[in-house]
Amino acid sequence: MASITGAITEFRQLDLLANGNTSVHRIDARAKVLVTLAFILAVVSFGKYELAALFPFFLYPAVIMALGNLPVRHIARKILVVLPFALMVGMFNPLFDQTVLIRLGPLAVSGGWLSLASIMVRATLTVGAALILVAVTGFPAICHALDQLGMPRIFTVQLLFLHRYLFVLTEEGGRTARARELRAFGKKGLGWRSYGSLLSQLLLRTWLRAERIHLAMLARGFTGEFHPRRTTRFGTRDFLFLAGWSGLFLFFRLVNVSQLLGTIVTGGRG
Amino acid sequence: MSHHIVEVKDLRHVYPDGTEALRTVSFRITHGESVAIIGANGAGKSTLLLHLNGYLATSQGTIRIGDFPLTPATLPEIRRTVGMVFQDPDDQLFMPTVFDDVAFGPLNLGLTGEEVEERVQEALARVGAEHLRDKPPYRLSGGEKKRVAIATVLAMSPDILVMDEPTSGLDPFARRQLMGLLKNFRHTRIFTSHDLDMVVELCERTIVLHEGEVRADGPTLDIFRDEALLAACRLEKPFAMQGCPVCNR
Repeated sequence: MASITGAITEFRQLDLLANGNTSVHRIDARAKVLVTLAFILAVVSFGKYELAALFPFFLYPAVIMALGNLPVRHIARKILVVLPFALMVGMFNPLFDQTVLIRLGPLAVSGGWLSLASIMVRATLTVGAALILVAVTGFPAICHALDQLGMPRIFTVQLLFLHRYLFVLTEEGGRTARARELRAFGKKGLGWRSYGSLLSQLLLRTWLRAERIHLAMLARGFTGEFHPRRTTRFGTRDFLFLAGWSGLFLFFRLVNVSQLLGTIVTGGRG
Repeated sequence: MSHHIVEVKDLRHVYPDGTEALRTVSFRITHGESVAIIGANGAGKSTLLLHLNGYLATSQGTIRIGDFPLTPATLPEIRRTVGMVFQDPDDQLFMPTVFDDVAFGPLNLGLTGEEVEERVQEALARVGAEHLRDKPPYRLSGGEKKRVAIATVLAMSPDILVMDEPTSGLDPFARRQLMGLLKNFRHTRIFTSHDLDMVVELCERTIVLHEGEVRADGPTLDIFRDEALLAACRLEKPFAMQGCPVCNR
């Protein structure tokens, strides 16, 4: 539970980064959401053995992190947290898929290894892009953008509540877990069974809190309708941002830039 | 200005599990009064408050807020008239930023654009929290949260303010600050609290609830002088009215 609290603190820090005021931060949230979406689509649409063509895509996170003044190590650490999951997905590929696809001198690289590497690179790129989006936009603004882009309001509201009460819930969970730990005297306590009742306690408390929140909303005239407040303008700069990056992603998707560069450097003999 | 009146007549409430939380509670609070509702844990204070803006339906008896009896049809109007501030501000502040949260009520009232902006600005200024407007609620201190929670209600310009334990969980400075703020309000005010010193300072009238009944209703100082009553209701004199712990006088 302690590590969850830690993870949330980190997430909060990510949210704080969104308070920055750089040129990237000022771009309309809709443009950033769409660019991120285009980026992810482009990255995941490659064939499963594709590796070289993915590398040009690192340009986008690099540029945004530089312009947005984001701490690279901070973001990298967060990506590392997710990578083991990607590893699990592709872990057995080298065992099942042993057809040799590339020979680098005496070293034969099988299709399995290649697809594993491809999965890892893609995970890094897509997770990185999502984290960067949050860091330069902020979660509420993203929800608002999704709302403006036509996502049903009930989902955006759900996301906003999730974001708001994630912190309250983890704090509560953290406190309960600490209380359990302090009375377990370094042993395992009552083992799994105590976690069972701990979780049910948490669920019940969440339930009660939800009722109190609903009450607070009713008390202020809530009738089931959420009223958006901000009206943001989608300017030329936002359009250029969207069109420029999407165009570039399309280009990277259609032309294998790594190969192209290789060809140029080695004088056309590949 | 009859719309600032709160009248409760023979109110009885039984929870679905059979617990009788309130039995025959009656009182009348008139315009501009500041009234404390005190009592031991489980005396029925929270249940009573939840009736005042129609969250709980009466099992028996009537409630009138201003010119309207409390019925499903008058509920929206009554919820605008009665501003409720809950004990835990985390329950009250659910929007992404302080501004959004304070704007929530006015937007529900159908206000738009500049009117909302004005209301929010005014409410935040009233509680001295203008500088917090763009902050997310989870980054506020306890005292700040409480003041913002009050602003969210003020933005709806209620006639009656109902507050559950306004000073709980605040440090002495924040408590003092909040009490200064509440003292200057001209609304009809109803507080529940275990902070009896606050009651002495803020409320001229006190209603004592005991086991779901009104045990006493009168001027605050008279009630706190009645030691037999206080003992019977699991209460005690406010510290300000007790002897000095050093010189025993």
